[in-house]
Amino acid sequence: MFNEPHNKISILKTILTINNLTKKFGKLTAVNDLSFTIEKGNIYGILGPNGSGKSTTLGIVLNVVNKTSGDFFWFDGHTSTHQALKKVGAIIERPNFYPYMTAYQNLKLVCKIKEVSNAKIEEKLKLVELWDRRNDKFKTYSLGMKQRLAIASALLNDPEILILDEPTNGLDPQGIHQIRELILQIAATGTTILLASHLLDEVEKVCSHVVILRKGVKLYSGRVDEMVASYGFVELKAADNEKLLKTLESYDAIGKIVEKENKVTAFLTKEIAAEELNTYLFNKGIVLSHLVKRKESLEDQFLQLTSNK
Amino acid sequence: MKRLLQIEFIKLWNSRASKILIIAYFAILSLISILASIKFDIGEIHFRLADQGIFNFPYIWHLNTWIAGFLKIFFAIVIVSMMSNEYTNKTLKQNLIDGLSKKEFVLSKFYMVLIFSLVSTIFICILTLVLGLIFSDFNTPLVILKDTDYLLAYFVKLLGFFSICLFLGMLVRKSAFALGFLFIWYILEWIGYSALNHYFPDNSNIPDKIFNFFPINSLANLVKEPVTRFNPVKTASNLIGETIVKDYLTHWYEYAIALAWTFIFIFFTHIILKKRNL
Repeated sequence: MFNEPHNKISILKTILTINNLTKKFGKLTAVNDLSFTIEKGNIYGILGPNGSGKSTTLGIVLNVVNKTSGDFFWFDGHTSTHQALKKVGAIIERPNFYPYMTAYQNLKLVCKIKEVSNAKIEEKLKLVELWDRRNDKFKTYSLGMKQRLAIASALLNDPEILILDEPTNGLDPQGIHQIRELILQIAATGTTILLASHLLDEVEKVCSHVVILRKGVKLYSGRVDEMVASYGFVELKAADNEKLLKTLESYDAIGKIVEKENKVTAFLTKEIAAEELNTYLFNKGIVLSHLVKRKESLEDQFLQLTSNK
Repeated sequence: MKRLLQIEFIKLWNSRASKILIIAYFAILSLISILASIKFDIGEIHFRLADQGIFNFPYIWHLNTWIAGFLKIFFAIVIVSMMSNEYTNKTLKQNLIDGLSKKEFVLSKFYMVLIFSLVSTIFICILTLVLGLIFSDFNTPLVILKDTDYLLAYFVKLLGFFSICLFLGMLVRKSAFALGFLFIWYILEWIGYSALNHYFPDNSNIPDKIFNFFPINSLANLVKEPVTRFNPVKTASNLIGETIVKDYLTHWYEYAIALAWTFIFIFFTHIILKKRNL
């Protein structure tokens, strides 16, 4: 089963296609019948609580975990996985380098593996601000520096896609900030990015598309702003909440209504402006002391999606 | 092949521990020449090992390759610890993500072992030539070139042994356990041999034939112990009425068995890596 195209323009270059991918570890199904595609130029997030199969999925497409069934292919499917990976930059979980080697030596090794010249090492080390420390051994680095070196390493081949798995995990606030700045900087150059995270605001700040996983099952994939077909909700308050409730019930653009702590929350079933609603209520003799129209945050939507099923 | 060797060389040569072990290996290897200068001066007896003919061509080819064979454990430690470090540092995983195939990973290790065995063989060849030319009583080209096939046997022996180390490193993942396992394996082969001897009648040669097929013993068979071949030892045993009848040559089927094991171990190293989730 293929996904419906995310964009109206279907001439976009596909970078990764995953079809009915399943991975079982003994009795546990880590990834269950997962399908999605990644297209060039977008920034994707894979979102899911811990243990939802994000890293396993990435492990499979990155050639380190064996799939149980289903299939995937990189680009047009004509290159072998390990050849394709030379055009991919990926960091999973923790930065993995040879501790006894310097940053420069480590990157030289990666260049050899990816079959690119050493020319880019300087540029990328400067980008992540590690050029001055290039001759220090990897084991002397702080976690933030290690993570930045990993990003430099992933960028050595100017990849078609950059894959990041929990890139800010375990970092201090300053480190987190640095990494996010870097990601945004890289995204601005038009590089396709796939970011796996359990942190919603991370995904919300960076990604245009999202795949949501829970217990290995895909709950949603598509644009972040179309995630829930919702028109948002309004929060209202009036002197006479009884009357307000009754009036709202008769208004056709209002679905579910909840009253909580003196405040009425009404979910919209079609697009209306706040003014329109206010005028309607005023005409019915209700004067509001509070009116806010809002869209659910990604967090609300995420919790809604992951808890309902 | 060049690319894979370069990758492996960067990993190996930048590690101080491996560098020290490799240098130590070649340093100790050259110490064989010190045997030459060992002199015993006990009262009236003046005895120099070199004068007793241990450095005579062609015997020296056999003796030196046999002694050098013991030192292979140095490089075995390097191989096993490099392999287990690839696991503990998760660099194996990163190598694959960066675009090395699993086959290339195993091949890069195998090529390294191949080159190392070759360098060691060339080193022992030069060392033996020099020692022989200095101390040997017979120096005609024909005598010098006789028995040089021990060099080939030495090379195959190293290659086979290091392939077992690669396999164990991949299988066990922890260097100390892998080396322990190697030792246990060696003992198990001998236990197996004595069990066979126990099972078959005393004069049967079947146990020996089966024993020849055991992996570690098949490698040991390539360069058999040369001590009993040494003339003074022979004379001494003749005196006490014991004649040693032993075949010191390396036969084609012994090469074949050793090379078959080498292939099997490298093949299964690849299979293990292929099946494993990292």
